[in-house]
Amino acid sequence: MNKQAQAVIMLLFGGAILKASLSDLYLRYVKEGLRPFLIGAGLLLVAAAVLTLWYDLRGKAQAHGEHHHEPKVGWLLLLPVLGLLLVAPPALGSDAAGQAGTVLTAPGTDSDYPALPAGDPVDLGLLDYASRAVFDDGRSLTGRNLRLTGFVTPGPDGAPMLARMVMSCCAADGRPIKVALSGEVPAAVPADTWIQVVGTWTGKTEQDPVNDAKVPYLQVKSWQEIAAPKQQYE
Amino acid sequence: MTAPEDVTDRRDAAPGDDIARTSAPPAPPDAPATGRRIGSVEILAGLLVLLVVFRNPLAALVSAPRLQTWTTVFVSVLVQAVPFLVFGVVLSAVIAVFVPRSFWAKALPRHPALAVPAAGLAGVVLPGCECGSVPIAGSLIRRGVTPAAALAFLLSAPAINPIVLTATAVAFPGNPEMVVARGVASLIVAVAMGWLWLRLGKAEWIKLPARPHEDGSRLKAFVAACRHDVMHAGGFLVLGAAAAATINVVVPESWLQTLAGNEVLSIIALAVLAVLLSICSEADAFVAASLSQFSLTSRLVFLVVGPMVDLKLIAMQTGVFGRRFSVRFAPATFAAAILVGTGIGAVLL
Repeated sequence: MNKQAQAVIMLLFGGAILKASLSDLYLRYVKEGLRPFLIGAGLLLVAAAVLTLWYDLRGKAQAHGEHHHEPKVGWLLLLPVLGLLLVAPPALGSDAAGQAGTVLTAPGTDSDYPALPAGDPVDLGLLDYASRAVFDDGRSLTGRNLRLTGFVTPGPDGAPMLARMVMSCCAADGRPIKVALSGEVPAAVPADTWIQVVGTWTGKTEQDPVNDAKVPYLQVKSWQEIAAPKQQYE
Repeated sequence: MTAPEDVTDRRDAAPGDDIARTSAPPAPPDAPATGRRIGSVEILAGLLVLLVVFRNPLAALVSAPRLQTWTTVFVSVLVQAVPFLVFGVVLSAVIAVFVPRSFWAKALPRHPALAVPAAGLAGVVLPGCECGSVPIAGSLIRRGVTPAAALAFLLSAPAINPIVLTATAVAFPGNPEMVVARGVASLIVAVAMGWLWLRLGKAEWIKLPARPHEDGSRLKAFVAACRHDVMHAGGFLVLGAAAAATINVVVPESWLQTLAGNEVLSIIALAVLAVLLSICSEADAFVAASLSQFSLTSRLVFLVVGPMVDLKLIAMQTGVFGRRFSVRFAPATFAAAILVGTGIGAVLL
């Protein structure tokens, strides 16, 4: 591979990173906090590519046509370019959620859960609901109408569950948080459909067969299909 | 992607090529070349056209759920690593071009046995993950730093920097001793591997790829070093990310469940898992926290092994230091990390 081809690949790679981080595409793969660093890295790659091209073309004009054996492995950098610009895979969904155990882990200390904010129904994250339900015995949840947002994923017995992926750095460490549903269960909704569920806390729990962690139930009163949110991870 | 490489290779090696180039130096080098050989720019252009034309069939090809998960994990490992890769490449180019050799002689203790722990501790100041530290360590060796010290830095930097330790503290809110154990165990492994290299390592195992020699301005040399490292380390990063995504998708977590009951098996299982998953060192603590069915000691081993040996690191180390190096260094580090991690876990956790 000569320098011009390398420069073009760097330009494409940097350009793909820039395109992903300037739109919302990057949110499917990494945390929001990485954005400035992605933009910086993309700009540096583009700058290095442009300078390489400029030096190479100017060098050619001065008849310095020496040939280097350059790393062929660099061709592989076309794969992420392809992945970002042409395929742009979706955020992790029910396939990944079914493979891994629910992420709910015991809090370190006897942390007390503050009262829920006002609102009827009140919006709650899945992780928040699950830890309040399992580790606080639902004390802060009783008597409230709760609204949870997530995607539908088939549970171990095939019944639909509500899930969301929890990501701490990038999608490779994405783990699901799962809430089982009873009552007005959204039956016959295909997996990966985003829904908003209004319901109440119930003391019932089950075990995730993957890692034996507890999965709390939610007694569903109503539910509706929604468009996937911009930030799909929790 | 192999086919076009072969084409360039054969064309590059064609005997007529050299003669043509040497026998006609005054002619502009472009003119005879473009007439009769297909260069990499042309191959690249052809590839890109094909990709755009076959965009829809390609996208349909990866629409199966499992394959889609693979693509998502693959792309995200890369996107996540890019800032650290670029940061590491730029820093290593700065070391290569702007930092004089004499600086390292002054900055590190003269005796190699003392330089190793000093370099290991210096890892504290590099706030990054493992993708950045590989090109930096390569650049340090090139600039005359003793390989043992550079390797101690390579191992310790991604494991004991403040960002990683803070993330560990956040992930294990009830076990602050986990942070201490991780820092201590990682530093011990890094220094031990440095000293081991001093005793047993051979210089010829490390084969750094030839960097292009650039005459002219420092900026030109800087850009050339950056380009070379991005293409090289980046290419191997792609390999590693593909391997990690495959493991992520193919190995279901439920397999681990059966191993969690046995302490010895669970330590080995999590050590292997750390290698296979290749999670960035800034995030692995959260994954370790979610593996709640395993003992704290086995999860500590997961955190010690991960930043030092994993698929993408092995791929990058093979690229930067050569195959003879990585087949020795990676297994030795793996064993050392398991032993030290288990020992520290037994004492502190």
